[in-house]
Amino acid sequence: MDAVSSTDTVKEAALAAKNIRILIAKPGLDGHDRGAKVVAHALMEAGMEVIYTGLHQTVDQIVSTALQEDVDVIGLSIMSGAHIPIIEKLVKKAREAGIDDKMIVVGGVIPIRDIPRLKELGVRGVFPGGTPFAEIVSVIRENVERGQEEKWA
Amino acid sequence: MGVAKYTKDAKGRITDVTLQSGIHVKPFYGPEDLERVGFSYEKDLADPGVYPFTRAIHRQGYRSRAWTTRQYTGFGTSYETNERFKLMISHGQTGLNVAFDLPTQMGYDSDDPMAEGEVGRVGMAVDSLRDFEVAFKDINLAEIGSGLTINAVASIMLAMYQAVAEKYGYDAKVISATPQNDILKEMIGRGAWIFPVEPAVKLIGDTIEYSMTTMPRTNPVSVCGYHIRESGATPAQEIAYAILIANAYIDNVLPRGYDVDEFVGRFSFNFNVFGNIWEQVAKFRAARKLWARNLKEKYGVKKEANMFLRGLFGGGGFGLTKAQPENNIMRGAYYALSAALAGAQTIALCSYDEAYTIPTPHSAVISLRTLQLLMDEIGLRDTVDPLAGSYFIETLTKEMEGKIEEEMANIGKVGGIIPAVATGYIQKLVSRQAYAFEKGIQSGELLKVGVNIHTEGESKDVELHEYTGETAERQIEELKRVRRERDQRETTRTLLDLEKATRAGKNVMPYLVDCCKAYATVGEMTKIFRDIYGEFKEPGLF
Repeated sequence: MDAVSSTDTVKEAALAAKNIRILIAKPGLDGHDRGAKVVAHALMEAGMEVIYTGLHQTVDQIVSTALQEDVDVIGLSIMSGAHIPIIEKLVKKAREAGIDDKMIVVGGVIPIRDIPRLKELGVRGVFPGGTPFAEIVSVIRENVERGQEEKWA
Repeated sequence: MGVAKYTKDAKGRITDVTLQSGIHVKPFYGPEDLERVGFSYEKDLADPGVYPFTRAIHRQGYRSRAWTTRQYTGFGTSYETNERFKLMISHGQTGLNVAFDLPTQMGYDSDDPMAEGEVGRVGMAVDSLRDFEVAFKDINLAEIGSGLTINAVASIMLAMYQAVAEKYGYDAKVISATPQNDILKEMIGRGAWIFPVEPAVKLIGDTIEYSMTTMPRTNPVSVCGYHIRESGATPAQEIAYAILIANAYIDNVLPRGYDVDEFVGRFSFNFNVFGNIWEQVAKFRAARKLWARNLKEKYGVKKEANMFLRGLFGGGGFGLTKAQPENNIMRGAYYALSAALAGAQTIALCSYDEAYTIPTPHSAVISLRTLQLLMDEIGLRDTVDPLAGSYFIETLTKEMEGKIEEEMANIGKVGGIIPAVATGYIQKLVSRQAYAFEKGIQSGELLKVGVNIHTEGESKDVELHEYTGETAERQIEELKRVRRERDQRETTRTLLDLEKATRAGKNVMPYLVDCCKAYATVGEMTKIFRDIYGEFKEPGLF
């Protein structure tokens, strides 16, 4: 931005106008989607726009949907135990597709001890089953807003 | 999880109880309540073993036969599964219940790119008859029945079971398999679907027809209210949808020229046990009555034994908590008590550690002992339907019956169960309920011990079954060996025959058995179905 004094107003307007768009995705063959759907409802109620991929998605399909839908956040729901290899693959593919600016969050059956590794891979929010909705919403909102600010800075 | 809603006054006294199905529970019940709901002994209850079987399907109940215990088993390769089977049998388990890994459930071979990272992870990997040969080695298939927890490709797995039994010298007439084989509930709740609704239901019709003529001791379909409930349905919806789904399968077989009495007696059900104990007991009693009445009045079933609601009442996975996991042992015991008080034929319990890991042999045995203790130690076999005649239980059973019928009528209004599933009507409804339920837990409106009351510190971390990839490597090697060593010409011939039969709309079962015997793989057989039938298009979410 080459702008001067109007930057702040523009930024504020952009933040206000732009709903957070989040892709909720179910990678792999597992079909237990109660958690994914419940969180999708909570995010919608918090005013976010939710796009749901449906079941049995490959990482490539998820990246391509994220690109097409121009989402701010990619949220994965993983119950199979394969979260680390899946996230590794997602981060790599997102980088290749030039969308590594998207915030990645993950929920499901995730052992607490795996959280540091997931954070290291660039995951911004890890939400094991039972995480309060308020926490999920605020982590996503804060991170997206921070991302926006960095973009406009 | 499954708890009722309680309203309390300022002093903490309970002023109202609302069960999940929407029924209000009164502080006490009396004869006037039975009058209010129009209760009649002959019409609503009758003696055990007498229509409408509200009390029990057998006159002597558990006196003549204790319930069957059937813990869910199977992980890794067929070798490990075989060992676990033998362990459970040596501990007195009377039926097996096989868990399959996701690639098998979805019809992919272990070396398919879609199977990457999933081989043997949540159950046994099955690529060909070779895997069944190992898994069922030295198990007496004439005595032990096997539940096969598989749906989209249940036809293939049932064919595989016949193939392995015949290979080990058993006649198909003596073996007893219970494939889950309920695809409509997969579309509602568990997600392991492949083909669109119509061909998927046709495949189930094929297995029912084939079992009737070739494997008469097999229970070709186990209709699962269970997973529908786990997805967020109320107990009344669980039963309502299950009955309608069972009817959809009957309706597929009838036009093939059979009498309903020829096959419906082999249907079984799988229902969930978590929740309010009274609501569960009333649910099972009402379900027995409604299923019998449905068959008699709607389908004109004549033979009484064919009107029995036979079922596995169990699990309760959604009720378990990671917090204070040992509490799950007690929860399981109470759930089992509900099932036993309601006259379940088969009971299986989720193991206490299942909220955070794949059950260990130790925890699986604890579940088994829980059931044995009820049966052998504290008196659940003494008399049939011990709660019968309770003003409360009989009123609640009648009210539950009304709620179930209401839910069935609601589905009728949207055109029936098949459109209700194909359009996502039910999926939307239950996911909204699941969300409301979750909010209730988070706000503390619904109570859950260890989670939002009587909490203590950190909850147990989840432990994942160690997955090294070695299982997959071994499995893939074995698969390659099978492909190398089989008589390829014979395999190709059987697969071509299957393809022709599928296109011609014939019953595919005999062709699948031939394919299995020729060591065709699950992936090869499924691919034929995928190419011809296409895939289910998941309806939109909201």
